Amino acid sequence: MARTLSMMAAINEALDQEMSRDPTVVVLGEDIVGGTGSPGEDDAWGGAMGVTKGLIHKHPGQLIDTPLSESAYIGAAIGAATCGLRPVAELMFVDFMGVCLDQIFNQAAKFRYMFGGKAETPVVIRTTCGAGFRAAAQHSQMLTPVFTHIPGLKVVCPSNAYDTKGLLIQSIRDNDPVIFLEHKNLYDHETDVPEESYAIPFGEANIAREGTDVTIVTYGMMVPYSLEASETLKGEGIDVEVIDLRTLSPIDLDTVFESVEMTGRLVCVDEANPRCSIASDVAAAVAQEAFGSLKGPVAMVTAPHAPVPFSSALEDLYIPSPERIADSVRRTMGAHPS
Amino acid sequence: MNNPFPLSRDGLLTAYRRMKTIREFEERLHVEFAKGDIAGFVHLYAGEEAAGVGIMMHLEDHDRIASTHRGHGHCIAKGVDVRAMMAEIYGKATGACAGKGGSMHIADLSKGMMGANGILGAGAPLICGAGLAAQKLGHDGVGITFFGDGASNQGTVLESMNLAAIWNLPVIFVVENNGYAESTSVDYAVATDSYVDRAAGFGMPGITVDGTDFFAVYEAAGEVIRRAREGGGPSLLECKMIRFYGHFEGDAQTYRAPGEIEENRAHRDCLKIFTGKILEAGVVESGELARIDSEVVGLIDDALESAQAAPLPSAAELTTDVYVTY
Repeated sequence: MARTLSMMAAINEALDQEMSRDPTVVVLGEDIVGGTGSPGEDDAWGGAMGVTKGLIHKHPGQLIDTPLSESAYIGAAIGAATCGLRPVAELMFVDFMGVCLDQIFNQAAKFRYMFGGKAETPVVIRTTCGAGFRAAAQHSQMLTPVFTHIPGLKVVCPSNAYDTKGLLIQSIRDNDPVIFLEHKNLYDHETDVPEESYAIPFGEANIAREGTDVTIVTYGMMVPYSLEASETLKGEGIDVEVIDLRTLSPIDLDTVFESVEMTGRLVCVDEANPRCSIASDVAAAVAQEAFGSLKGPVAMVTAPHAPVPFSSALEDLYIPSPERIADSVRRTMGAHPS
Repeated sequence: MNNPFPLSRDGLLTAYRRMKTIREFEERLHVEFAKGDIAGFVHLYAGEEAAGVGIMMHLEDHDRIASTHRGHGHCIAKGVDVRAMMAEIYGKATGACAGKGGSMHIADLSKGMMGANGILGAGAPLICGAGLAAQKLGHDGVGITFFGDGASNQGTVLESMNLAAIWNLPVIFVVENNGYAESTSVDYAVATDSYVDRAAGFGMPGITVDGTDFFAVYEAAGEVIRRAREGGGPSLLECKMIRFYGHFEGDAQTYRAPGEIEENRAHRDCLKIFTGKILEAGVVESGELARIDSEVVGLIDDALESAQAAPLPSAAELTTDVYVTY
């Protein structure tokens, strides 16, 4: 029986099911319960976005509100992961990573290698990402490339509620540190989501739309935008294949190569800034491994090399739009932009 | 025979053996480093042994420690295999971390040693995690994070003290105050005359001890560790100690006063102070200590020779153990 759920509800359900399955799963973060120690209601917030609302009543003792001390509590989650817990830490915005990044990239990411393969750090750091909320430069970034650059981290950025549930469950069961990026603008996005627990393996891209003329490789919020562009292009006789990477480290390049070998054309769409981005990474990989299949230059549609602006007039220009994506595909097909 | 000490004769001999092992390990590294056979950064714990051992004598394997860049002494005191440590410092395949960590990253989680750490103050958040895990898993393990007077100013340490206090974690913050943050004096860099005051700012007990006095460290550590084990929450322990060598091997130490090191070696050597006390009390005999000395020298000789002879990691190891699965 099909049942739809928003991405936010899918995250809540994944956490709920995993905490029930495994008592060593603990969820911690700022205001994830909300109101701790305050005179009013318990469970006042359920996280800044309300994602964890209601869980404290089902799993008392497994959710912990933290002070505003990102270095301390992200580090504590990492330390606890080496001592028998499977913590899921929530960082309100990926932009706050700067505050606690040492614990992630010098500690969690390196323990296994640096200690000669003897450490396991099963920690998940959930955080929100992406622009479109008029939240300006310090609350809107798409920092996925920062994390994919770091060996030892796994990086997940789902595009829909179904994948979110399965990928979050996989993240919690995984024995490596996982950065799990949730796009704010997708929280209310609904898809069919089975009630039962299921895990989606890492490193398996999803072909979100099959097509034969051009390949779009993307992830996160840019998946629905690319699908929208593809519908427009369909009316113009251009048949687009859209690959949703789902996990950025590991990354499923085989699916990308196979598609490019068929279409001969590649457009990389990334909400991140363009330099050393997921888009440039995929473009470089295709240039190295599938150059002979290309019928023309690889295109990239990304944010500009600029911080996220506040004003709606500017932010709307900053985020790659379905129109820009469609234009890029048209150029790749040899047509002039509309 | 009357034993005026808080440890049994065997306990005293164990403590002596650990301190002597650290001293010998570090003195030999100092010599070998000068020959140019050891690569990278090496920070020696010689002179500071009484602090590490005085604390670690209270710990079991399920108790966790998060160490510093100056971690050899903590490793040995916590029971990490000396041969594996030496091989690691030589970058060999037989090393504690298969040659991938080196001096600044020696770890042995099976011994509760969560790693030396090249990032100052980084152990404090991690040890809060160890304390949280002990609390949630319902065992009586404690976590000890070591940091120097230099790293005591890191935000991570101060944030972690607050976190440990509000969660009542079984965690001890140990300031190893040797007076120098690299070359910079504690008098210049730390804006308080007493770390006890800093502890009070986070609502936790703080104790300052003479870190060259093993028994002072042992008793103070026993008190704060017992409190943590019994659910009484975190504490801070400051050990005032002496660094015999530079910040790192190769440090010319021109920032120290003329004669300072010689004076400290003559009058503030924690190992000499310890042996003086136990011999004077007549609890152990000098022959027993000489036997331990000889065994320790044999152990370090063996560790050194086997490390030098051990194979280097194979090229295939370059990209192994980045992930559990990938």
